[in-house]
Amino acid sequence: MQTAENILAPTQTQDVEPILKIRDLCVDYFLPNGILRAVNHVDLDVPAGKITGLVGESGSGKTTLTSAVLRTVSNPGKITNGSILFDGEDILSLSPKELREFRWREVAMVFQAAQNSLNPTMTIQEQFIETYLAHKKDMTNKEILDHVKKLLRAVRLDADRVLKAYPHEMSGGMKQRIMIAFAQLLEPEILFLDEPTTALDVITQDYIFKILKTVHEVKETTMVLSTHDIAVVANLCDYMVVMYGGNIVEFGNIFDMFEEPMHPYTQLLIHAAPSLVGDIQERVAIPGSAPDLMKERKGCIFADRCPIADDKCRQIEPESRTISTEHSVACHKAE
Amino acid sequence: MNSQKKGVEQLVELNNVDMNFYKSNGLFKKPQELNALHNINFKIHKGEIVVVVGESGSGKSTLANVIAGLLNPTAGTYQFKGKEIHSMTKEEAKEYRNSIQIIQQDSYAALNPMRTMLKSLGDPMLIKKYATKDNLLEEVNKYLETVDLTPTDQFINKYPHQMSGGQRQRALIARALSMKPELILADEPVSMIDVSLRVSILNLLARLNEERTIAILYITHDLATARYVGRDGRIAVMYLGEIVETGNLQEVLSNPQHPYLQALLTAVPIPDPRLSRKRTELGLNGTELPDIANMPSGCRFHTRCMYCKEICKTKRPKPVQRGSSTVACHLVDELPKFELFKKEVRGD
Repeated sequence: MQTAENILAPTQTQDVEPILKIRDLCVDYFLPNGILRAVNHVDLDVPAGKITGLVGESGSGKTTLTSAVLRTVSNPGKITNGSILFDGEDILSLSPKELREFRWREVAMVFQAAQNSLNPTMTIQEQFIETYLAHKKDMTNKEILDHVKKLLRAVRLDADRVLKAYPHEMSGGMKQRIMIAFAQLLEPEILFLDEPTTALDVITQDYIFKILKTVHEVKETTMVLSTHDIAVVANLCDYMVVMYGGNIVEFGNIFDMFEEPMHPYTQLLIHAAPSLVGDIQERVAIPGSAPDLMKERKGCIFADRCPIADDKCRQIEPESRTISTEHSVACHKAE
Repeated sequence: MNSQKKGVEQLVELNNVDMNFYKSNGLFKKPQELNALHNINFKIHKGEIVVVVGESGSGKSTLANVIAGLLNPTAGTYQFKGKEIHSMTKEEAKEYRNSIQIIQQDSYAALNPMRTMLKSLGDPMLIKKYATKDNLLEEVNKYLETVDLTPTDQFINKYPHQMSGGQRQRALIARALSMKPELILADEPVSMIDVSLRVSILNLLARLNEERTIAILYITHDLATARYVGRDGRIAVMYLGEIVETGNLQEVLSNPQHPYLQALLTAVPIPDPRLSRKRTELGLNGTELPDIANMPSGCRFHTRCMYCKEICKTKRPKPVQRGSSTVACHLVDELPKFELFKKEVRGD
């Protein structure tokens, strides 16, 4: 699946082959009072077998971008431009039947507040069997359950207790772990996690990330983790993508991103995160507020809040440039 | 301001407070007793910042509700400024209610969607006669400015849905301030706000505390934000309705004694990829809290404690003083020294 266009890709990585290639992707929401561009000409290579963190504040387009990959962008949203290549095939041209095959089997997603993804009127066991049979018919119910028990054990749940239970009988952390087991059911190549721990407290959060890390190490599943919490990304991810106002402003290896962030937004983001270690006074919030995506884009989307923006930034939109093999940035000022 | 100094006025004093809830078990059975707070001794002094930390179900919000007077403790005494709240006169009770203001977690739910900021902030001031019709606009502007919702004329006629989460949270703070409180209860005020904006809200709370000597009770499960609000204040760590460790915030966080607090600290993500890969592992047996209808005997933490001994299963630990902290753990002197980062790779 390595092609010549990879060399031109702004987010290329040297050693790791991309499993998913997003090219020039635009997603627009057609609202009564205008068009809102939630994802703006995004190019991204998701490295295979790695965990990539997708960071940005609310409204930056993280969820829209991941929904586009699963083709679950809902009305009034539309994918208006670009391509998403998975294994050489454009996801955007799949027929409804192919799409059903593709979801869960190739790409699975754990949504924000995944607790609500479970059907409250069915036991966990029934839901696992139903989902499996909807995609594959190669196992009997008993075989499926044996498979499910293994998955539940991997997320450290007591299978005998959980399988017969209804969702309301479980805590938020348990339901979230069930969703992670669910996402593994058809052994997808890529797992998207959208704020998987926002509603959970720190101990459960830490536990879930440990489980994800183990799953990742054992099965080498590619993971994409969307979050607004940069500390979570630092703990778990190999690569980091920073989104702002529908654009990818910086992409890189996690260590490069934290040690030598090039984009002013990334720098500010790292400085704004409260931490248990380090000097309290060093932490500064990012001034200003999120950009209005209904307005016509002119120049750099971050220019209004950027401490070092000049006239060029306000006039010309910066292209993404490669800094080193595993680092690219869209900023006129980055050197 | 050192809150430990003698002569500093005490705002809140809870002595041996218990709070039980009763769950009905049908018509003929005895209702089940759920113990949400057990033997809480807790003080807040004037102008002090106190942080209460614990996971969900630890009773931290119940504690706040008791302090706000929204719940009546089952046992123990609660004094506000030296007066027992149940024997207050009508006037005193009014003053007590006014001196405590709450900043809620969900700013969208806490503001009336049909009211502009002018109405949401202005009406309480009119009712309490902190403003008259003539100077209302001026007063509302003043408070909006205090919380940095500037230029204020852009915000004064806005409805909640026209503002971002951070801005609504600021409006809530402004509303609380306009009642001239002596104590603000902030229950997870930043957990629904983007990380990039959290620090600014936390700084605002710390600034108000400093400039206006308003005491703040900050309730959270996030130790990283606790550090930003707490600064020189105090911290109380709660587990299953009990305070397991309390003391000066900086000292408690740099030298945690209770195994639960140690586990909590190792679970907080650190925004630094190298440091976070050197973390010590979480020392807990299981992540699920025990069922509070079926409270563990002895030390309530023993079911999850990795240092648990026989005594912990049978005997309830009494709080003891260690350094500046008060810790409720039998094994406080036997525990290995806690390090947030693994030793062998430290300092490279």
